Amino acid sequence: MRRAGVVALNTFREAVRDRVLYSLVFFALLMMAAAVAVGQISIGIEQTVIVSLGLSAISVIGVLISVFIGVALVSKEMDKRTLYALLAKPVRRWEFLLGKFGGLVLTLAVNTAAMALGLLLVMLYVKHSLERSDAVVLVAVYFILLKLALIVALALLFSCFTTPLLAILFTVGLYIVGLYVQELRDLPVEVMSPAMAAFTKWLSHLLPNFENFNVMAMAAHGRAVPGALILQNTLYAVVYCTIVLTAAAVVFSRRNLK
Amino acid sequence: MQGSAIEIENLTKEYPFGFLHLKKKTSLEGLNMQVATGEVFGFIGPNGAGKSTTIKLLMRLIFPTAGSARILGKPISDVEMHRDIGYLPEQPYFYDYLTAAEMLGYFARFQDLTAADRKDRVQRMLKKVGLDTAHKIQLRKYSKGMLQRVGLAQAILHDPKVVILDEPMSGLDPLGRREVRDIILELKRDGKTVMFSTHILSDAEMLCDRVGVIVGGRLRGVGAPGTLVDMKTQGMEILFELRGASNAPLLSKAARTGACYQLHVAEEELYAAIEQLRGAGARILSVSQVKATLEEFFLNLVEADRAQASAVEVSGK
Repeated sequence: MRRAGVVALNTFREAVRDRVLYSLVFFALLMMAAAVAVGQISIGIEQTVIVSLGLSAISVIGVLISVFIGVALVSKEMDKRTLYALLAKPVRRWEFLLGKFGGLVLTLAVNTAAMALGLLLVMLYVKHSLERSDAVVLVAVYFILLKLALIVALALLFSCFTTPLLAILFTVGLYIVGLYVQELRDLPVEVMSPAMAAFTKWLSHLLPNFENFNVMAMAAHGRAVPGALILQNTLYAVVYCTIVLTAAAVVFSRRNLK
Repeated sequence: MQGSAIEIENLTKEYPFGFLHLKKKTSLEGLNMQVATGEVFGFIGPNGAGKSTTIKLLMRLIFPTAGSARILGKPISDVEMHRDIGYLPEQPYFYDYLTAAEMLGYFARFQDLTAADRKDRVQRMLKKVGLDTAHKIQLRKYSKGMLQRVGLAQAILHDPKVVILDEPMSGLDPLGRREVRDIILELKRDGKTVMFSTHILSDAEMLCDRVGVIVGGRLRGVGAPGTLVDMKTQGMEILFELRGASNAPLLSKAARTGACYQLHVAEEELYAAIEQLRGAGARILSVSQVKATLEEFFLNLVEADRAQASAVEVSGK
């Protein structure tokens, strides 16, 4: 586990030096523009606009980083053959994968935390004060981070057995499908054949449910998120990531490098 | 021979190719080989012969179709055994956002070293490979030769017992090659086992206790460079000067190089040839035995392999 930590810290250093955190500049500019624009809008909906815009931006920037850098975590190391010298050290392949995953999640955590801080500052600027109920924004940000960790795990899995382009397509495809898992569960199974109903139910549980992590509407209106949902989402993300990373480790540990 | 540091048994690697991966190309065929503890072993062969495949199999970067290998008595699947192995990949490429010192520091963290020991070793290694003045420059700005040096440094950083180098002289200028040769000899003096692949046969002849010649995925010969080459010892070479003209019949067979002439004769014809040359007024400068070089031995094997491959192609088998 210590060795996975060494890989994780280097992955974080790589992300910083590859200027991933420059996305914060874009976020800062966006929020400054929003803060000015929201002043022109009538009183009462500033919080809704600012929070919705801020959380959406945090989510979109995070998803982009998770997909593109998540896929590159392993594929770049294989393409450039930087992995060769590393795997000649006493490092197991699963430790390498876990370290890569941990490094990018750490990067995303730092990035997301900085953006959350920016969002709170803009809220303070617009509302002139922060209330206890505004803490729900932090819960929403935490859920976004859980979602991003899941996307990174999926990107890592796909990049272990296919080309980077296909891995990006698979990850994005699964993310989009994962946003509509609830709709799949709500399909009228009574009009389906038993086999189709069973398949639909099975599929809806197998696919990652990204909609679970979306509490943007609650946050925008300052409504509290139940503690049970926080626990449920945390457990869901941990278990799902563990399963996906285990699958990635199994695939990667048998892969012949070029 | 002392105990074996590297033991390879029937190691085979096939790559599937074509539609549905139904066809197979054999990259390495039933390799059996041992490298003794403390020896410098050269692995020579043309491009695509199977040298890098063998080394990648030993480092578990790829997996064998059949066969097994042990390093220091442990199966190659044992990752912990990598504490005692140093490896330089062919045409190494490292994290280009790191400086040489950072990269070595990063790799050192995987070994059981204290922070002070890591720092000390990194500095010593950089000095050893001649990069002590460039250690603060990011690797993206390094030349191919500098990357090769830093690759060598990371391979020996943790004082491994076995060092496996894939084309260590590649990309180096003559000075760099000499430095790498010196490092290999130093490793040998320290009792390390060194196995390296190379195209540069003179380096193999100069450095290796034994060499293995691999062509077309099969090992064609293993032994001390002299032993392999002695099998092909042939004839004598006479070097002489000649002032004035002469009609001696042997002179027509001699080749002129500058002010001297070179003449190749069979061993049993040596004395008769010397008599004839002296009779023609030649001054004999030297007489030496002609030994086939490792290069000739190697080229003969490659040519034979190509001829065999062509024959198989023609016969349609």
